[in-house]
Amino acid sequence: MNLAHRQLPGADKRVQLMATCLCDAFYADVARATVEVLEHLGCQVEFPEGQTCCGQPAFNGGDWPASRRVVRHTVKTFAGDLPVIVPSGSCAAMMFHGALLEFEKEPDLPEVQQLAHRTWELADFIVNALGVKTWPGKFDATIALHRACHTRGTKTCDSAVALLTSIPGIKLVTVGEVEQCCGFGGTFSVSFPNVSASMGELKLEHIRAAKPDLLVSPDMSCMMHLGGLAEKEGHPIKIQHVAQVLRDALKNAGLL
Amino acid sequence: MATQLIDQFAKNLAADTQAAVYDGSKKGHEKRTKLLFDTYADPNRLRELAGEIKQHVIENLDTFLPAVEAKLQSNGVKVHWASSAEDACAAVLGIMQARGDKKIVKSKTMVSEEIELEHYLDKHGIETLETDLGEFIVQIDHDHPSHIVKPIIHKNRREIAKSFEREGLGAYNDDPETITRRARQFLRHKYLAADVALTGANFVSVESGRMVIVTNEGNSRFCLAGTKCHIALIGIEKLVPHDRDLGLLLNLLGRSATAQQLTVYTEFISGPKSAGQPDGPEEMHVVFVDNGRTDVLASECKEILRCIRCGACLNVCPVYRQASGHAYRSVYPGPVGAVLSPLLAGKKFPELADLPKASSLCGACNEVCPVNIPIPDLLLRLREKGKREGAKLAAAGTPPMGAWSLLASQPAAWKTALFGGKIINYLPTKWLPIPPLRAWEAKRTLPEWKGGEFRSWFRNRKVGAVAPNRPDRKPESKEGR
Repeated sequence: MNLAHRQLPGADKRVQLMATCLCDAFYADVARATVEVLEHLGCQVEFPEGQTCCGQPAFNGGDWPASRRVVRHTVKTFAGDLPVIVPSGSCAAMMFHGALLEFEKEPDLPEVQQLAHRTWELADFIVNALGVKTWPGKFDATIALHRACHTRGTKTCDSAVALLTSIPGIKLVTVGEVEQCCGFGGTFSVSFPNVSASMGELKLEHIRAAKPDLLVSPDMSCMMHLGGLAEKEGHPIKIQHVAQVLRDALKNAGLL
Repeated sequence: MATQLIDQFAKNLAADTQAAVYDGSKKGHEKRTKLLFDTYADPNRLRELAGEIKQHVIENLDTFLPAVEAKLQSNGVKVHWASSAEDACAAVLGIMQARGDKKIVKSKTMVSEEIELEHYLDKHGIETLETDLGEFIVQIDHDHPSHIVKPIIHKNRREIAKSFEREGLGAYNDDPETITRRARQFLRHKYLAADVALTGANFVSVESGRMVIVTNEGNSRFCLAGTKCHIALIGIEKLVPHDRDLGLLLNLLGRSATAQQLTVYTEFISGPKSAGQPDGPEEMHVVFVDNGRTDVLASECKEILRCIRCGACLNVCPVYRQASGHAYRSVYPGPVGAVLSPLLAGKKFPELADLPKASSLCGACNEVCPVNIPIPDLLLRLREKGKREGAKLAAAGTPPMGAWSLLASQPAAWKTALFGGKIINYLPTKWLPIPPLRAWEAKRTLPEWKGGEFRSWFRNRKVGAVAPNRPDRKPESKEGR
């Protein structure tokens, strides 16, 4: 994993938000919570209106020319030198790692690298760029944290754990086989429907065994799959993004 | 919508087999992780270092291979070079024929599976007997290994007991100790009757020409003790620069493969029997096998040649656990196989081009790899190759991305689609001509479409009354941090 994404914000804490297509289409409140959390931390959040997607679906599907078209659009849309904050470990990893692979032999690789260098997953940014290691507020819940696979090798999960466990009222439970994938995998979920669903069932078994009130992840794609599976079988589970928990903790204590 | 072959295989897999593969690989992974982290404060640093050593080897094969050839020759070993599977088989046959020998006892080697040696030798009247217990069972069942370290991970002891009964190795008894004892009794006589021992090698040191063979059953020692000639089939990537590198690699291999600090037997073989030695082969041959490896070296996936065949990536892989090794239709299954097999297939790449799709790209394989191979990156490169070359098997079930990429590079169209997507909240998806959506809903529900809602909120909220993106805009935050 390329981890050169370490550009710190300036004194005015201006940042750009890459909301991700999943939040744009389905999880509006996750994008909103991300803005509220960042603004609580004194950041000035800009939302480039032209943004669409990080390009990952085509990249993972093997259609790199199609993916590069989208990445080029994203590079153009997020031009400048501000940190780009992404409430998804997977889309962030696409921007600071995946895109570099598919641009290896392209003349505009430097522009892609420049964006990669500025791209941060939200929890990693809060802890390791802003230096905020604890979180105020109140949130009464037993939480299972799903370690989204595309955060492997990054500081996202450690950051999320540090923030969540510091919130009064939160109890974090251990989930079995944390290293195992939930089975989403983008188009994998539809081209390998049986394996994907079996992986999801195993993940749900482990999660349910830990008896959490709430399943939390730094990535909504895993949540869409696990939440959708659980609902389909008639036993829905409550899912939230890390940003929503951080925001609600502030609200619960009247800090927002 | 079409689904992938490996997914269909997993769906149709017998429950018994699936359970055996799942349990075996899960336990293997858990023991490996515990032992590795119990022993070392930072195993990841060791994996990275081992990866650097093996990368150094494959980057410098042009100098290491002649060097190790010279060293082996000075140790009294005859060195053969085989560029293809046929060459490698012919080299072994040539040695057998020159000696007038007919019977081989062999220990486990994946290269021999890769070149289909047993079948070839059988056609030429040479009898080959597997002496690794798992491989022996594969042989009597005319089956194929489904794991590179645990070849019969897909079988349970009841099946094995039936096979033994059928082969006249005693009445039905599924007690593992009894099975092992019977195999041992059968094999003892075979060792003594054999002419030639055939082995692989886990490592060969360029510095000393020592080859290293690790086993847990001691069968390769039995093979070598009773025969006059030793033939080692070795992939050209199996080198290490120095003997001292073995300290690191052997520690990682045993832990990663079978959760052992060290395998039960670790043999260092420097050449044929010396004058003072009471027994051991008088003649020794090394057949270095290329069989597509130099093409891999020239590809964008050369890092896969670092592989030391520990099987840790198979054990941790959620797809392997569901689908089993046979789903991969090749000698090397699991994540390593999904990269290596299509590459080694050469011109037959399209026949295995779907293997790199058999991954959610979760990265667990890279996380456990003792030589830190970036397997997900290599899978992605091969997906690109499959798409570029129009491989049909790879395409099954992957929605076409052209229209999507046009949409996602035109903001106005994107916003329209965000708004228009709301239709899925009101219409049954079976009415919509979008196959991936239907495939999704076969297993899961879809969340409510909220396209564009965040954008409206961001534009219209209180602080948003000030034009967005203005640097002087003060956020509403009550807590100055």
